[in-house]
Amino acid sequence: MFHIYCPYCEEHREEEEFHPKGQAHIQRPADPEACSDEAWGDYLFFRDNPRGVHHELWVHAVGCRKFFNITRHTVSYEILETYKMGEAPTVTAKSVSEKDKQAGVQAATGGWQTVGARPESEALNDASNQGARV
Amino acid sequence: MSDVKEFDTRPAGSPSAESPLAWSFHRRGTPPREAGAGVTLREKAFLGHMVLRGGAIVLDEAVREVLGITLPARPNTLALDDSGERSIQWLSPDEWLVIVPGGEEFALEGRLREVLGQAHYSIVNVSGGQTVLTLRGEKARETLMKSTPYDVHPQAFPVGKGVTTVFAKATVILRRPTEDTWELVLRRSFADYCYRWLLDAAAEYGVTVER
Ligand SMILES: [Zn+2]
Repeated sequence: MFHIYCPYCEEHREEEEFHPKGQAHIQRPADPEACSDEAWGDYLFFRDNPRGVHHELWVHAVGCRKFFNITRHTVSYEILETYKMGEAPTVTAKSVSEKDKQAGVQAATGGWQTVGARPESEALNDASNQGARV
Repeated sequence: MSDVKEFDTRPAGSPSAESPLAWSFHRRGTPPREAGAGVTLREKAFLGHMVLRGGAIVLDEAVREVLGITLPARPNTLALDDSGERSIQWLSPDEWLVIVPGGEEFALEGRLREVLGQAHYSIVNVSGGQTVLTLRGEKARETLMKSTPYDVHPQAFPVGKGVTTVFAKATVILRRPTEDTWELVLRRSFADYCYRWLLDAAAEYGVTVER
């Protein structure tokens, strides 16, 4: 068991009190009538599945019952940050990789398991494109 | 004045009412009185419970005027009036639980609505949906430690604190209005389960139920 910091209760609470609710910061197309089937399908069904930093929506289900965001590392499960709805994350895939670079940590390119593995196309694997249908 | 329709949930006359724990007492009775019991349980039945939602500033003005209690704005805090019979507890950034002596809630709701006028808020009378169970005694904290993952050490849980948390896999509101009293606000549907859990958990310390 571990503790999660609820930004509304302003304290750490037992994991048991929380539920994950999937990827955070998904925007509903502003004009659903006008958007393409593909854009609508992406919005409804397609989610990122990055290896590394991921922003997720969680709810403090047995507590204040507010939704909030967690930035979590999908490899180490480390919670890097929690923040309220409507706020922007301060820890992102980019900021973490910069820090790794500065610290001289050798990291596999996004989505690849092995350091030095060479993706056929770097573009398919760049952070902004993770989880897209390849 | 708002145009919300109100109704008194306490019917006229005196039809018999049953607390959420009536069935538990009826079926299981209460454990025989033990001298030097480590834990004493007592239900505070039929209190007036209301959930207040809205902005803290607007609600604060209203409850100060009507109840004479300052709205607890800090998370997980509980404020009581001088008699200790009326309380307001923070539940979430826009939600508070008001508990008053039974019978006061309808008039209180009316007065709050009068003061709040056309402000954006909601008041819901939830008196029928929950009940309060108090835990006292030398081993009360020990019993809680077996039941909830929340830290109930006096340093982490001072008087005046209240939280909604997991309790024996159910959800309860746990609060500490005074030095030696813990209060559990139980949902009606969890009441029997939590009561029986407490009897079992406290059995080793000796448990008494005041009626
Ligand atoms: Zn919370």
